[in-house]
Amino acid sequence: MLKIGNASGFWGDRPSAAAELIAQQPDIDYLTLDYLSELTMSILAVQQEKNPDLGYAHDFINTLRSLAPFWKNGLKFKIITNAGGLNPMGCAQACLEVLKDMKLKIGVVIGDNVLDQIKAPHELVTANAYLGAAPIVEALNNQADIVITGRVTDPSLTLAPCISRFGWKWDEYHKLAGGTIAGHLIECGTQVTGGISTNWEKILDPANIGYPFVEIGEHGNFVITKPSQTSGVVNFETVKEQLLYEIGDPDNFLGPDVNVSFLSLQLEEEGKNRIKLTGARGKPPSGQLKVSATYRNGYRTEGTLFIYGPRALAKAQRVGEVVIERVRKQGYSLQNIHIDCLGNDQECMLRIAARDTDKKSLECLSKELAPLVTSGPQGVSGYTYGRPQIRPVFAYWPCYIDKTKVNPKVEILN
Amino acid sequence: MENTLRDIAYARSGDKGDHANIGVIAYTQEGYDFLKIFLTSDVVKNYFSYLGVKKTIRYELPNLLAFNFVLENVLNGGASESLRIDSQGKGLGQLLLNMKLR
Repeated sequence: MLKIGNASGFWGDRPSAAAELIAQQPDIDYLTLDYLSELTMSILAVQQEKNPDLGYAHDFINTLRSLAPFWKNGLKFKIITNAGGLNPMGCAQACLEVLKDMKLKIGVVIGDNVLDQIKAPHELVTANAYLGAAPIVEALNNQADIVITGRVTDPSLTLAPCISRFGWKWDEYHKLAGGTIAGHLIECGTQVTGGISTNWEKILDPANIGYPFVEIGEHGNFVITKPSQTSGVVNFETVKEQLLYEIGDPDNFLGPDVNVSFLSLQLEEEGKNRIKLTGARGKPPSGQLKVSATYRNGYRTEGTLFIYGPRALAKAQRVGEVVIERVRKQGYSLQNIHIDCLGNDQECMLRIAARDTDKKSLECLSKELAPLVTSGPQGVSGYTYGRPQIRPVFAYWPCYIDKTKVNPKVEILN
Repeated sequence: MENTLRDIAYARSGDKGDHANIGVIAYTQEGYDFLKIFLTSDVVKNYFSYLGVKKTIRYELPNLLAFNFVLENVLNGGASESLRIDSQGKGLGQLLLNMKLR
């Protein structure tokens, strides 16, 4: 039986979670850390443009630093993370700095970048194929203690150690399906232990929601649970909600290694905060990999003002119109505008969001918000964060590539 | 007070590019059987028509007493492009649970 935990559901999750989970549950065999959402790669591309050494989720470096004392005290857990982003080798080099007095091996998975191979109607900034478990398995079989990848499917972080440890074959689809579902359930961290659950308000002490781990057996059945000393809840409700999170056809949950069906899954409450899952079924995968690609599509900005006093909603709407009118009078069209007036007739938040291919028009808008503090109705406030920032827009352009055209490689660093 | 979907089911929503999905799970078999007839893809599509949804597909998961609704092009361009506050459809599940059961 393997214990596989997750302590990061996205880049922005709690940096202290990894050390807390290992302290609470020191018998975890593999700790997975997920940092990449659909659009993270484009954010990383902007960072790498400014500094070629960047392009990875640098939060991971501090998280790794927080874990070093546990290894020094004799724990043997391994880490599998997609923190490498666009630059897994750069991430690994930074990790080596942190671990220089320790004898740990780092496995680096590269080869997901397919920017040169994708023909698109737009000039792409990033194009990364979702790799499967195979290169991670190779790194683990080469005794890597830390595996750093770029774009891989999120469940692969969990499926790979199962394959490595249990020796599952690539055509044992039901087992691969079990490992994939285990990964799907823990990949978003606390979303399966009570976070964002419909009945969140019933959770006692939500500040101390625990991060999840699975106890998975050699046949792919598993129990999902959390450290006993933490708050939160693992029950039918939280597990079912997360099973359905961001999926399409539940009979064809497509992945690079297996096509999973959820329709024969059985859930059983094995104990308090322990749900057992059996019955995962898998079919052969397609010959294609999904590619997550992005391209530049203009700029955006958004700012807020707060309006107090009678008829606040109507006044907020009017204030928004004044801002737009002033921008247009200066010759800027503002291609897309969205105005929200949220609140009641005594206090209201005005949010103005806009997009444009011309950065200058948004810079103009950004400068026209604050003047309403002195020229708008009495009771305009909340303008303390300075002018809103202008940010580039990266449009998401998913596509597919033949598996045979993608060649993942593994490098081991000592 | 009129019954709402919230009384018999719970839900979770999220995004995939410009599409969103909402998992709706009945608390009981009776609730699932009722929703199988009541909560059709058309009902959900009409409910969210003001968000510009183009197509809604319903998948059934009787083993979990659940349905998965995929709402195509409901996110106004999705996480990076949409100017809405909820550009990722995180709130759609909560909105759907407010639906009246007549």
